Parts: sequence; structure tokens; C-alpha cells
Amino acid sequence: MTAVRTPEQDLARFRARLAVAGVVVFVCFGLLVARFFYLQVVRYDYYSTRAEDNRISLVPIVPNRGLITDRNGTVLARNYSAYTLEITPSKVADLDATIEALSQLVDIQPKDRRRLKKLMDESKSFESLPIRNRLSDEEVARFIAQRYRFPGVELKARLFRDYPMGSFASHVIGYIGRINDKDLARIEESDEAANYRGTDHIGKSGLEKSYETALHGLTGFEEVEVDSGGRAVRLLRRTPAVPGNNVVLTLDLKLQEIVEKAFGNRRGALVAIEPATGGVLAMVSTPTFDPNLFVDGIAPPDWDQLNTNPDKPLLNRAIYSAYPPGSTFKPFMALGALTTGKRTPGYVMGDPGYFNYGGHRFMDDKVGGHGSVDIYKSIVVSCNTFYYVLANDMGIDAIANFLRPFGFGQRSGIDLPGEATGVLPSPEWKKQRFKRPEQQKWFGGETISVGIGQGYNAYTPLQVASALGALVNDGVLYRPHLARYVVDAKTGARRTIEPQPLRTIPLKQAHIDLIKRAMVGVNKAGTGARAFAGAPYEVGGKTGTAQVFSLKGAKYVEGRLAERLRDHSWFIAFAPADKPKIALAVLVENGGFGAQSAAPIARQALDYYLLGKVPAGIAPEDPAGVESADDEEHAH
Amino acid sequence: MSPRLDPRTWLRYLLAPMDGPLLLLMLALAGYAGIVMVSASPERLPLVAVNTSIAFTSMWIAAKIPPQRMMSIALPLYGLGLLLLVAVALFGEISKGAQRWLHIGVTRIQPSELMKIAMPLTLAWYFQTREGMIRGRDFLIAGALLAVPVLMIAKQPDLGTSILVAASGFFVLFFAGLSWKLILPVAIVGVVGIGSIVATGDIICKPGVEWPGLREYQKHRVCTLLDPTSDPLGKGFHIIQSTIAIGSGGMTGKGWGAGTQTHLDFLPERHTDFIFAVMTEEFGLAGALLVVVLYILLILRGLFIAAGAPTLFSRLLAGALTLIFFTYAFVNMGMVSGILPVVGVPLPFVSYGGTALVTLCLGVGMLMSIQRHRRRVGT
Repeated sequence: MTAVRTPEQDLARFRARLAVAGVVVFVCFGLLVARFFYLQVVRYDYYSTRAEDNRISLVPIVPNRGLITDRNGTVLARNYSAYTLEITPSKVADLDATIEALSQLVDIQPKDRRRLKKLMDESKSFESLPIRNRLSDEEVARFIAQRYRFPGVELKARLFRDYPMGSFASHVIGYIGRINDKDLARIEESDEAANYRGTDHIGKSGLEKSYETALHGLTGFEEVEVDSGGRAVRLLRRTPAVPGNNVVLTLDLKLQEIVEKAFGNRRGALVAIEPATGGVLAMVSTPTFDPNLFVDGIAPPDWDQLNTNPDKPLLNRAIYSAYPPGSTFKPFMALGALTTGKRTPGYVMGDPGYFNYGGHRFMDDKVGGHGSVDIYKSIVVSCNTFYYVLANDMGIDAIANFLRPFGFGQRSGIDLPGEATGVLPSPEWKKQRFKRPEQQKWFGGETISVGIGQGYNAYTPLQVASALGALVNDGVLYRPHLARYVVDAKTGARRTIEPQPLRTIPLKQAHIDLIKRAMVGVNKAGTGARAFAGAPYEVGGKTGTAQVFSLKGAKYVEGRLAERLRDHSWFIAFAPADKPKIALAVLVENGGFGAQSAAPIARQALDYYLLGKVPAGIAPEDPAGVESADDEEHAH
Repeated sequence: MSPRLDPRTWLRYLLAPMDGPLLLLMLALAGYAGIVMVSASPERLPLVAVNTSIAFTSMWIAAKIPPQRMMSIALPLYGLGLLLLVAVALFGEISKGAQRWLHIGVTRIQPSELMKIAMPLTLAWYFQTREGMIRGRDFLIAGALLAVPVLMIAKQPDLGTSILVAASGFFVLFFAGLSWKLILPVAIVGVVGIGSIVATGDIICKPGVEWPGLREYQKHRVCTLLDPTSDPLGKGFHIIQSTIAIGSGGMTGKGWGAGTQTHLDFLPERHTDFIFAVMTEEFGLAGALLVVVLYILLILRGLFIAAGAPTLFSRLLAGALTLIFFTYAFVNMGMVSGILPVVGVPLPFVSYGGTALVTLCLGVGMLMSIQRHRRRVGT
């Protein structure tokens, strides 16, 4: 940069710099071309996939949920289409003001608002939540005319689940509800997330839960081209949804209805089984509830009412509550005595009315005893002393080992969620159940109580009914089940749920026949005779009374005890005696002596099932009748 | 001039001031731009035609102005530009957070655009007046002439234009013989600086970290470039979507009008700054190479003209204008393909936008003028 240079020098220097600039230009453009080559050739697959992902969006087509019908085709769960008004909280500036404005157009009750609040607590703010379901045509029209005022509020045509029989068989059918975080985690765990895109309800209890997979169906998809705003531009491909299968039950709704009405407002349970298949004909738990309340999120007052009710209407007593079986245990004990050889059919003992063991006197309920008692008579008159002695002779291990194959103290494997195990008492069980060594020890006196179905014994009504089924089915135990067929909603093809024999208990036919004869005797001349007076079919039965409250030797007088402390009333029965088509167990909580409360319910059930006799006050044919499936598909 | 409207005479009259190779290249670029615009924004085609006509007319007029005349208007133009920049700072219209526009009567103008032409003209004029006795002091004065408008434009803020104006001035200084001792250290510091920003991007891009001298949106642009996924719905969206458009084009592209990124609105600013992504999505690597080759030919022609220019003024002006075209092209393609920050520089001669097109064509016209007048001025 010296002051004086010749023009030639300047020009030469200038041209050198032009050359440098040219080199820089080539290097820079070379860099760009390398970048283009990298993007367009090396990474072409990646970017072309990204572009496709941008372009294509999958819109789920939610399948119609399958129907649930009873064995005669009576619809227990179905779908119907209706309009619902939904709010996406994150898109609404002032939620309360919006709801207030909406309530000018459509009827919004305080309970609708409370339900929305509850749903908001359970959901994410970008989810669309219902504020009002089942809008009337007039309300739909009013909203559409003013919808511009309500950004973030949408009218959606949706399929709703409906339980047309209301509270009948509600514990068995269960209900669906909105998918919550727990359900979502389970769905993801089972790799079903894709199939649940667009679905916002799932089976929460009962058969709706256990047959969720079959009922739900396969979600279809529409492949649509979308623009950057997510708006669909055109349809590329459509995979239709496969509707959920219909589930046909072994349940007879009429029988169910008769039994539920027979219970009146008493608490209790009944399970009736077809012994030869394990098919459940009726499963009652009272009080019941209306599953329709749950479908779109239960309103808090309804929930409080159900949840705090001391009668626990949500509890399925038939499979979840375990009770001491009382004297309904005796036929099984007697069969055990014969099978293990501890007693013979001809064995007779004299009953003094008590049994002394370890300084304690176990009393018979008849003062002075029943005189000479053999196996047959011990069942007919329900002689306690006979079984005190028998239990002591057999010992707790032999009792437990004989009864275990009948399913006592084990989950039956029925196709319902939430089954309780119950307790088949044994020294091993006691060791596991208690922590302190002095509690773990088994005492001989405890065996005596077990012998008459008291003490630690605790079985669900289902277990008792299922065990009776095995007994009258000549020792073949079937897994109890509620579903009979799974029917393809499109083709009508049925898949039979095959009866599943669990095991054959090695029993002698002569022993079985003796026990069955004795149980028939119960209803002819024994404790069940009054309830079954004049029955035109031969029916076996056994009453039972389970102690709720230990009287510590004092005499039990029903009127003096608070209702909740009264004994539970049991009755088990099977008919016809020679070839049983039905075996059942009835339990009436705090119903007192079994013959009083439970046996008449069993009588009504058998009269209907064997004779078709419908008690006064119940329609002989249900007007709801058989309904056809709603096949229309429903895109979300 | 013949009074008769003989087409041949007219054509000769029209072509007389033009440089053949440059005109062919301009027509090729304009044609290519039109083809891409049919896909990117067909509704703007009439406007594109009008803009292109105005731009070519400007080019023709500029080509007719002899370099001597240019020299004489350089300083007044610079003064006018400076005045307008002051006016913008005082009364300018604020749009999108930047004060760039000035209302004059019915229309509004962007004075910074004027500086892109006025700056190389003025600096080339300055060095021409000092020819034969250029000292270090002259580079200081030239640097000051350059710095004032650049800083004013950067303050608007308009980073893209201030970079282009600064570059146009710097190119004059470079060709005037700015010492390598000054250039190399700055270049090295620049490379090291950019390198360290890239290396430490995670730390310095954290929210709350302030960058001295740069605005929040400028920091954001740099940080988004370093990691577009950090802001996939905001600023990063543009870069992510344009690289997807380019990459998914592959070797030969998806076909004219078949770019999904373009036509489903994923691509932002598709007729202006990001039109290169449309071009490469639909015509692939082949389409990209075509435009790069056109630019290289244009630049080579420009450098050739500069090399043969007779005066210092025309040499410096031709060299600087040529490198301006390069800067436009490199910065635009670099930012759209994700290796440079998004600074709002159009793709020269292709992007929609009348002002920039006219400015660029004026530059080409000046190159043509230098080429056509080389013999008459020669010593």
C-alpha cells in the first residue's frame, strides 16, 4: 500500500485479487453443492420419509363396540348414535363464561358442570370433553345456528353405550368409561395403542372389561393428505374398521330378573350354574346399580351415593365376597368322609347334642341331640355333632385335601375380573396368613368349627355353586363361564366358548348318589321341606347359616341382634335330582336361618328355570326383546 | 434513430447497450424463475411479469449510462441514501418489529435498498479520485463511509440488508488493495468465532444468555440454525421444512407442480426467500445445479468484465457488483439449505420482490455499461 505505484502494477494486483475472488466463489459454491448432494442424495430416504410423514395423516375410524346379549338374545349392552356437545378446555379462553353462554342454548344441569370439572381433573387440557350428552334435535339446531360464538366447542355425533336392562345383571355386564391414565398405561403395555387411537371409552368392569378385546374390534384408518394446518385435502386410502364381536352369554336374563326381584331390598347373591358345562345361568348380587350412570363419567353425587352406601351396591358379592358356608358345607364333608373311608354309608352314631373337645363343649342346635344319626340323616336334619366328630376324625389336612379339587378357596377362573380367592383353611394357610408364630399354630378345636362350615372357612357364592355343580355332575368340575358364543358382527359366524372341564374328582358313584339322595331328603322332610312343598320336580338342597357374630356360648335369638349382626342365610340346590340341569347357591346377608330367607329365592329360580313359571308382578315376555346390531361405522 | 418503426432497427437499438452473454444469462434466469413461480405462486405471475419488465428496463437504462456519469451521481446518491435512512429512523413505519419503510405519497420505499447500489458506486468513486496516491488513510475514510449506513441499517434492525451493504463496500476495499495483513486476521477471527459458536451452541443458546451487540431475534436465528429442532414450531420450522423439501427432492425432483412440501403449505415464504426450496423439491439436484451453473457463469462474466475494465472506478465497481451477486446467491442458498442463519436475503433474479430485482438488474446494467464503454474511455 505504498503511495506510488505504476498503473500496470495496480492492474496486476487487481487481477490477482479477482483470481482470489474467483477461487472463493468456486469454493463456496462447491460447499453448497456438497450440501445439496448430502441432502438430496445421501439423506434422500430420510427426507423423503419426513416429507411423506408431513403429508399423510392417519385418521382413525373407531369400530362399533360389540353387543352383549343373554342366551335368548335379549340385548344387555348396545350402542346408539346421538349428538354430544364437547369442549376443549385449552381452546376456550373463559370456560365458565362459555358454559354460561351455552346454557342459554342447551339445558346444562349443575351435575353436567360437576362432571365436566371431574373429567378435566382426569384428562389433559387439549382433550375434547363432553359438557352435555344426548342433545335433542331442537338443541342441536339452536347450537348450530350460534356455533360461531363458541370456538373450542364442538358438536359431535357419537355412539353411546347403553344398557337397556338398567340395573339388571349390572355386576355381570359391568360398564365402560372414559379411558384414564391407568387404562392408557395398560393399553400401551399390551401394544394396543394403535388400535385405541380415536377410542375414548374402555371396559371398566364386568364382562365389558374381560371381553374388551373381542368387543372393541379393530380400528380402521383413513389415510388423508393434509396441509400444514392439519386440514384434510384429499383421501388417499381407507381401511375400514372391523366392528367388535358380539358376546352371547350363558346367562338367562329372565332368571336373573326373577331372582333379583325375589331378593327385594335384601343384600345377597345367587349363582346358578349348568353343571354339565359350567355355564352361568344367573349371577345376582344385590343391591344393584345402573351401569348407564358410568358411561360418560359418573356425576359426583351419583358416585358418592353409590360409593358411600353401606349396602355397597358396586360390590359383586357373587364373586368378590367370601362367606363361611355354614351347613351347606356338610354334604361335601359327608362325601369326603365316604371317599376317604372315615365313614361308611351304614355308619350310625348316637348324638347327645354336644361334642366335648379340649375342655370346650361344641353344641348342637337341637337341645338333647338328634338321636341315632347316619350320613343320610346328618344331612337331612343338619346334625352338627355328627360333623364335629367327623372333622375331628378326618383331621384338617384330609378335609382340605379332599375339598381343594372342588375349587374351594381358589379362584374359579370365571371370565370376570376381580374374583376373590376365599379361604380353604389348613395349617399351611394359617402359617402364611399370620405373622406371629403363636398365631400360626393350628389348633384341633379349629378343625371342629371348620367341619360345620364355620371358623376360617370363607367362600364366594360362585365357589359354592361351582363346587355343588361338580358334586352333582359326578365329580367333573367345569370352569364357570358367562360367555357362550363370540359372534362376528359382520358375518354372523359364531365361535363357541367351549365348556372347559378343569378336573375329574375321583369319587364313587354310590357315594355321590347317597349324598344327592340325602339332599333331596332335605327338601322333602328336612330343613328345606317348607320352601319346596309341592314342587313337581325332584330337587336336592341344603340350608346353611353362617355366623357373623360369635355369641360366646349365649343363645342366638334373632330379634335381639342388630340386623347387620344376624347370621347370613345360605341355600344350595340342584334339580332335577336325577339329571341336574341347574345347580345354585343363594346367600342372603343377615338373612338368619337358611330355610327362611334363602330357600324361597332358590324355589322361585328353579320354578322358572324348570317349569317356566314366572312369579306375579313380572312380565312373562320382556318387551325390550331382541334387537339387531347397529352396523353403521363411526369416524371420529 | 429512424422515425419509421422498423422492427430490426428497434431491436438493434434495444440491444445496442447490452452485453450479449449477460443478457442471455439474465433471460435464462428470468425464464427459470418464471417456471418455478408457476408452481410456487401462479397467482403472482402477472406481477412477476410486470416486475421483470421494470427490472429489465432499469437494466437497459443503467447499461446506457456511461461510467463517467455514474461517477458523477455516486456522491449525490449516497447523500440521498443517508438522508432517507435518517428519515426512516425518525419517521419510518414499523412493521414486523423493524423500522425499514418510508412512506412517500402513495407508495412506500425501503431506503436501505438504495444503499446496495450507492455504496459500491461511492467507494469506487472515492478510490478513483485518489488514484495513484492511495494510502492507508483512504481506507479509513472509505471504511467510515461504509460503516455509517451499515450501522444505521443494522439498527433498524435489518441484518440481511446491512450484511449485503457491508459486503458491497468491503468488496470495493478488497479490490482497491486492502492489505492482506488486515483481511487475514479478520477472516481468521471470523472463522474461529463462528467455529466456537457452533461448538458451544448448547451453552450460549440457553435462555437468559445475552449476546453483546446482537438483538434477541438475531441470537434466536443463529441458535435455531445450530439446532433447528430446539424450536420446531417457531423459527426452526422454516429451516426444518425447507431442508425436508430440498432433501425429498432427490436427484431429479418430484416434478413440476408436484412438490408436496410446497403445495401443502409446509414451506414458508415459498415465493420469496425460500423459492430455492421449491425449485429443488420439484427439480431435485439437477435443478439446483442448473441455477448454480447460471450463477457461476454470471459471476465469471462479471469478473471477466472487471478484469478488462479501463478505469479504476469501473474495475472496482464491476468487481464489487459481481461479488454482490455471489453474496446474494450464496447466503440465500446457504440459509435455505440450513448452513447459514436465516437473514432475509432473496435468491437473486429468482425470488419474488420488485425492489430487490430492480436493484440487482441495475447492477447488471452497470456491468453491461462498463463492458460496452471500455474502448471509448481507454487510454
